Amino acid sequence: MEFDRRRLVLGSLAGVSGTALSGLPAFAQGSQPAKLGTFPEGVGADSVFVGLTIPLTGVFAADGQDLKLGYELAIAQINAGGEIPAKWGLKGGGVLGKQIRYRVADTEGKPNVAVQAATQFFQRDKAIMISGSVSSAEAIALEELASREKVLYLVGVAGSNDVTGKNCQRYGFRTQQNAYSGAKALAPVIAKALGKNMKMAFLVPDYTYGHTVYDSFAQFSKAEGWRQVAKEVVPLGTSDYSSALLNIANSGADVFVNIAFGADAVASTKQAEQFGVLKKMKLAVPNLSGFQDKELGAEIMQGVYGTCDFWWSLGSTNSLAKTFVDTFVAQNKYQPRWGAHIGYMQTYLWALTVERAGGFHPVDVIKAYEASKAQPYETTLGKVYFRAEDHQMVRPVPVLVGKKPSDMKSPEDYYDLVALVDGESVSSPPEQFGCKLGPYT
Amino acid sequence: MPSWATLMSQAFNGLALGTLLALVSSGLTIILGTLGVLNFAHGALFTVGAYAIFVIFQYTSSFLLALLIGSLFMLALGLLLERIIVRLFYDRPHEDQILVTYGVGIVLVEALRTGFGSHAQRVRLPSWGTGVSELGFMMYPTYRLQLIGMVAALLVTLYLVLYRTSLGLIVRAGIDNPGMVGILGIDVRRTFMIVFAVGCVAVGLAGMLYAPVVAVSPDMGASFMAQSFVVIVLGGLGSFPGAVIGGLIAGEIIAITSAFNSAYSEVMLYGVMALILVLRPQGLFGSEGRV
Repeated sequence: MEFDRRRLVLGSLAGVSGTALSGLPAFAQGSQPAKLGTFPEGVGADSVFVGLTIPLTGVFAADGQDLKLGYELAIAQINAGGEIPAKWGLKGGGVLGKQIRYRVADTEGKPNVAVQAATQFFQRDKAIMISGSVSSAEAIALEELASREKVLYLVGVAGSNDVTGKNCQRYGFRTQQNAYSGAKALAPVIAKALGKNMKMAFLVPDYTYGHTVYDSFAQFSKAEGWRQVAKEVVPLGTSDYSSALLNIANSGADVFVNIAFGADAVASTKQAEQFGVLKKMKLAVPNLSGFQDKELGAEIMQGVYGTCDFWWSLGSTNSLAKTFVDTFVAQNKYQPRWGAHIGYMQTYLWALTVERAGGFHPVDVIKAYEASKAQPYETTLGKVYFRAEDHQMVRPVPVLVGKKPSDMKSPEDYYDLVALVDGESVSSPPEQFGCKLGPYT
Repeated sequence: MPSWATLMSQAFNGLALGTLLALVSSGLTIILGTLGVLNFAHGALFTVGAYAIFVIFQYTSSFLLALLIGSLFMLALGLLLERIIVRLFYDRPHEDQILVTYGVGIVLVEALRTGFGSHAQRVRLPSWGTGVSELGFMMYPTYRLQLIGMVAALLVTLYLVLYRTSLGLIVRAGIDNPGMVGILGIDVRRTFMIVFAVGCVAVGLAGMLYAPVVAVSPDMGASFMAQSFVVIVLGGLGSFPGAVIGGLIAGEIIAITSAFNSAYSEVMLYGVMALILVLRPQGLFGSEGRV
């Protein structure tokens, strides 16, 4: 036990000196309650528990499964210690010497099920942190709950502006770019490729993600001279898109902007092809679903522009990304999609931040996250940091275009990376979406 | 207010969806009517059908041949399920039957997930089904027109089997008075087995025919399952004509409401169901006290 205590002290010293160096005030250690949320019960002698809330069934199951494999890979690597976690800047096996234990709960992609699962993680397992989502609605419900319970929640896949906007929470952090950044990165690139003054028709899923992706893409495409001629709003999990697609087919648009996500993206695009929409219009997808490439095939996806959190070809320019992709492929026999990347990155950044904070006290960890602008993380995407104002990560945004089947060098070589747009240049101003972080305690 | 052209095309979409719901529900309703078992694995069997065509269509270039092989597979699966599981539950309370069929559904869906993963699979259109047809008042995907035709043909076949064959006579007699059929010395067990399998083939075929239109994934059957329950409540539990008419009504309700606001299409469906339950609790074609 003495070893652990010594490490803890050393760790917290390192954390304090780190922030002192950056010129920020040291954490007010004395004013914090000793007990907060699941701390300190959740910190065992040699391990901590982490709860993963992931949709393994339902519309988002494919991305959920990918996300899960990302978490599992990072947890296994961190627990084993050695070269890979050292490259991320971790000190040794585990987080502050403690092994990560975890359990996965299926959220079905539904906010109420996710909240139930998270509550169990808090009460039964004393989870020190929870993470995971493949729907912004789910992420918003979870970050609200976690903030109330004073336990850290790391957002999984969730693109809505609201997650770090009007629904932002002190205890929630997101690595994925918001819809605003994605749209701002994509619009100039796609306008350059397809031309100015295009007419566009939108298919919008009726929940927070769909609405904010629509708002942001409409805003930035208008700046390129594009004009909206149709907007069809459809419920989540629709199986038949014919009414919306008939209107889109008759709208006279040049570009079909499909915002549906997951299995909905596949069904709607497939039906769009059958309604002749894809013959008349170019397809654009502001935020590509993880497996859309494989599920729709290169025949349909060729020439389609979109953004996402990560694409595996980034491994050719970034050594942490290469390690991630290589170890993932070795274990799971397919190229990781960006869901896996989010799980992997969130886990590593959490471990790093806990080590920076020198302990698991949630307030210390949150403050260490919030201080990361002065001490950015070196990651699979290059240098990144979380904004103290809204807990949104400022990170580069990959813009992709689907390859022709004949240009693909391997079975999963679906996209060309057109641009890796600098994060600062496309970030929304922190106050734009009405974020007011709650109190620490 | 949507234009007349939109409403016309939606009425057409409603027909496509409605015939499909009719096929799904007729499978559900003949099993319920004859065996008295509410088959909660029905949605999963729809999904199994879709995966069956996904696999078989890769090995044969003919969609129709794939449908045939797929139907034989569904028949075999239906016979097997009846023989090893459902049969043991005929004399048990309804709750037990619901639980066991629900469990069978979970096992089937998770088996598909284990075998094929969670991502959506692509089933291509048959070569004769690609393209768009000009109907004068609108353009419509050719395959969807053919889908309406094929489902209608299947429903007619099912009608002929139920109303023009001796098997059908036994099934209909069984729906009305199962005790009497037994007393007459008819081998009810064999009939039950066939009826269950035919129900599986009906819903499996619906899954196969719909597979090229939607994203084939393990959870695709769930929404159809819920809708087909509404259909048989509308039409009358255990009634084949009820399932057909109920399916068409449900399809039109969903499609027409979608023309105004698609968020309300399911709400409207359940609203109409509630109304029918108040005004005519036995459903449109059901008789009181049956099932």
